[in-house]
Amino acid sequence: MGHTISRRGLLQGAAGVAAASTLAGCAMGGDDAEDDAKGETSASNPLGVKEDAPLEVVIFNGGFGEEYAKAHEAMYRQRHPQAEIKHSATQQIAETLQPRFVAGDPPDVVNNSGGSQIDFNGLVSQGALADLGELLDAPSLDDPDTKVRDTLLPGIVDVGSYDGKFLSLNYAYSAYGIWYSQKLFEAKGWAYPRTWDDMIALCKQIKAAGIAPWTYPGKHARYMSWPILAAAGKMGGLDVIKAIDNLEPNAWKHDAVKAAAEAYYQLAVDGYLQPGAEGMDHVQSQTEWCRGKAAFVSCGSWLENEQKAVTPPDFRMAVAPTPSLTTSDKMPYEAFRGTGSEPFVVPSKGKNVRGGLEYLRVMLSRQGAADFTRKVSSLTCVRGSSEGIDLGPGLTSVTGLIDASKGTAFTWLYSSYYRKLERERVDAASAELYAKRITAAQWCDKIQKSADEFAQDPAIKKYKRA
Amino acid sequence: MRGTRLFIAVFLIPPLLLYGIFVVSPYAQAFQIAGTDWSGLSPTYDFVGLDNFRRLAEDGYFWNALRHNAWLLLLLPVVTILLGLFLASMISVGGRADRAGVHGVRGSAFYRVVYFFPQVLSVAIVGVLWKEMYAPHTGMINGFLRAAGLDGLAVAWLGDPRFSFWCVMAVMIWMNVGFYVVLFSAAMQSIPRDLYEAALLDGASRLTTLVRLTVPLLWDTIQVAWVYLAIIAIDGFAIVQIITDGGPSSSSDVVGLRLYKAAFADGQFGYASAIGVAMFFLTLTVAAMFLRVTRRDRVEL
Repeated sequence: MGHTISRRGLLQGAAGVAAASTLAGCAMGGDDAEDDAKGETSASNPLGVKEDAPLEVVIFNGGFGEEYAKAHEAMYRQRHPQAEIKHSATQQIAETLQPRFVAGDPPDVVNNSGGSQIDFNGLVSQGALADLGELLDAPSLDDPDTKVRDTLLPGIVDVGSYDGKFLSLNYAYSAYGIWYSQKLFEAKGWAYPRTWDDMIALCKQIKAAGIAPWTYPGKHARYMSWPILAAAGKMGGLDVIKAIDNLEPNAWKHDAVKAAAEAYYQLAVDGYLQPGAEGMDHVQSQTEWCRGKAAFVSCGSWLENEQKAVTPPDFRMAVAPTPSLTTSDKMPYEAFRGTGSEPFVVPSKGKNVRGGLEYLRVMLSRQGAADFTRKVSSLTCVRGSSEGIDLGPGLTSVTGLIDASKGTAFTWLYSSYYRKLERERVDAASAELYAKRITAAQWCDKIQKSADEFAQDPAIKKYKRA
Repeated sequence: MRGTRLFIAVFLIPPLLLYGIFVVSPYAQAFQIAGTDWSGLSPTYDFVGLDNFRRLAEDGYFWNALRHNAWLLLLLPVVTILLGLFLASMISVGGRADRAGVHGVRGSAFYRVVYFFPQVLSVAIVGVLWKEMYAPHTGMINGFLRAAGLDGLAVAWLGDPRFSFWCVMAVMIWMNVGFYVVLFSAAMQSIPRDLYEAALLDGASRLTTLVRLTVPLLWDTIQVAWVYLAIIAIDGFAIVQIITDGGPSSSSDVVGLRLYKAAFADGQFGYASAIGVAMFFLTLTVAAMFLRVTRRDRVEL
C-alpha cells in the first residue's frame, strides 16, 4: 500500500543508506583481506588465470539484457573448464554492489552501467578498480601477435582512462548524431543538411509540410546538449572540448560553444521544436519521432534497439553528423561524437582479478564481440567485429558514419569524470534553453557557474585530460 | 513469578533485538556517518566534524528541495483530509434520509471500492501511470482538454517548472485520499446513527452536520491521519523520483531525492547521511508539533 511504502522510504531516508547494509553490524567497516588467485602464465594463459578459481560476473540488466553475457561466460568456461562461474544480473548496480565494495568483497567483473551506475569518480578515487593496462598489452584471443590494445576502436582507451590508468572497458561502441527516417526524407525529396544554414532552411520546409522539424526529450534535455558540444568541438577543435573536460575557467563560454548554443537555440526561437516536447521523456519523444510526428531527434546508436517495438518496418532510420556551423570549422563535416558505452570494470579487491581480466579478453575476441552485436544489435569497441553480420538499417548507417569519418570521431569525458555535472546541471540548463526560458548566452553562463562550483569542490576528485 | 517473567522475556527479546539491529542501529550509524566524508565505496573515511552540516546550510539545492517539502507539509494533509472527510461522509451519511434512517448516497459501496483503488497499486505503478497521463501528446489529461476544446490549456505539464511540482502533489493527493476515505468511513460507522437523525430533525444542513457533528467525533482519527500525511509529505521520494526525478531544473525536487542522489549518484554517503539526520529531526519535530497542536481533552459538540 502506498502510504506504507513511502513511510518505509522515509525511514531509510532518515537512517541514511546504512539500513541497506546493516547485516554485518557496521555499514562502514570491512574486511580488507586481499587474496588474489594467480596461476602460471603461459602462451595459452597469458594473464595467469588460476584454473579452478571461481569467477563472479554481475551484469546490468538493461537495454542489452543478460543473454549476451551468458554466451561470454560459456566461452570462458570452455577455456577454463574447472572454473565455476557465478552469474547475476540486476538493474540496481549501485544499490546491490555498494555494500559489497565496502565490505571488500566485490564481484570479479561488474558491468557498471544504467541509471544507478556507481559513480566512477568515487570508485576511482577510492582505488576500487583494477588497472586494466595488463589486459591491453596481452595478446588477443584470436591472434597471439596482436595486442588487445590494437583490436580496439580509437577513443576506447581514452574514455576508460583516469589520470593515465585504463580502468574501465566501455564494451559497446556508440555513435552520437542526429537521426532521421530515410523513407520520410526520400518521399519528401529532402536531403540531410551539411551546414547549419541548410538545416534551418530545411526545418522551414519540414514545418511547412506539417511535420515538427525536431523533437527532443525535455525531461532528459542533456540529449540536446550533445549536438551543441559536438558542433562546438567541430567548429573550435578538440581543445574546446578538452578545456571543458578539465573544468577550465570560461571553457563553456568559448566562442565555439556560444556559437553552437546560439545555433541550436535558434530551433526553439523559430518554433522548429515539437510543441510539448519539453514535457516528454526519451521514450515518449523517440516514439513521436518513430510515428513520423517529427523529422529529427538527437540520440546515440542504441536508438534502433530501444525503439525496436514501435519502429514501422520500412522506417529506415539513419544517423548523420551534426551540420557544420561555419565554412572554417576545424573538423570536417564527417566528424562525429563516437565513444564507448556500457562500462565493464574489474574491482581491485575481487577474489579473482586475473579471471576478471581474462573474461574481458574473452569478450574482446572476434567471436565474443560478433556474438554481442548479433544478440543486442549494438556495435562493440572491437575493430571490424561487425563484418559479415546482417545489421539493421540504423546500425548500417552507423558503420557508414564510422567509415566516412576516417578516424575523426571524438568525444568529451567530463560526463564520465563528473557525472553529476552532465546529469543534473547541463541537463537542467538545456531544459531551460530549449523551453526558451533562458538564452544561449545564459545557458553558457549557467553551466560555467556549475563547472566552477565543481572545480572548487574539494569533495570531488579532479581528472586531467591530456 | 519467575516463570512468567521468563515467559514474557521469550516473547519480548527477539522482536526487540530485531528492532535494535534493523531500526535503531542504522539510525545511530547515520549520525556517525554524517560526521565523515565517507564515499560509500571503501572502508576508509575521515571524520570531518560538522562540515557536512555546514555544507548543507549553504546548499541551495537542498533548500529548494526543502521548500517543496514545506509546501507539501502545508497542503497535502489539509487537502487530503478535507477531501477524505467529504467523500467519506457522502458515502456514510450523505444520502437522502428515509424511514430506514441516515445512510450514504446511492452506489456508496461502489464508490468505496473505487476510492480505495489507488491504494492497491504500488507507488511505482502509480508513478508510471501518471507520467503517461501527463504526457503532452499521448496523455489522457491533454486528451480530455483537447476534446473539450481547451487546446490552450493542454501544456507540457511535467516539462514546465511552473506546473511540475503541483502535478506531482495532485498525484500524491489522489493516491492517498482513498485510504483516508476508508479510514474515516470506518470511524463514522461507530458514530451512533441517532445523533445524525437528531441533527436532521433539528434541521441541520449536511455541511453543518459534517462540521459540528462528524468532525468533532472523528477528531482522534483525523489527528492520526494528520501525522501520517505529514510524514508522507516530508518524504515524497518514491513518487517524485518516478514522475519527474525532481525536474525540470529541480522545480519538483524533494529532500528525500536529494539524499538518494547524494548517496547513490554522487557517492557522497557522508553528506547523504547528514541530509538524513536533518530529515530525522525535521520529521520528529513536525510529528510532535502536530500531536501537540491537535491535542484536545474532551469532545465538545
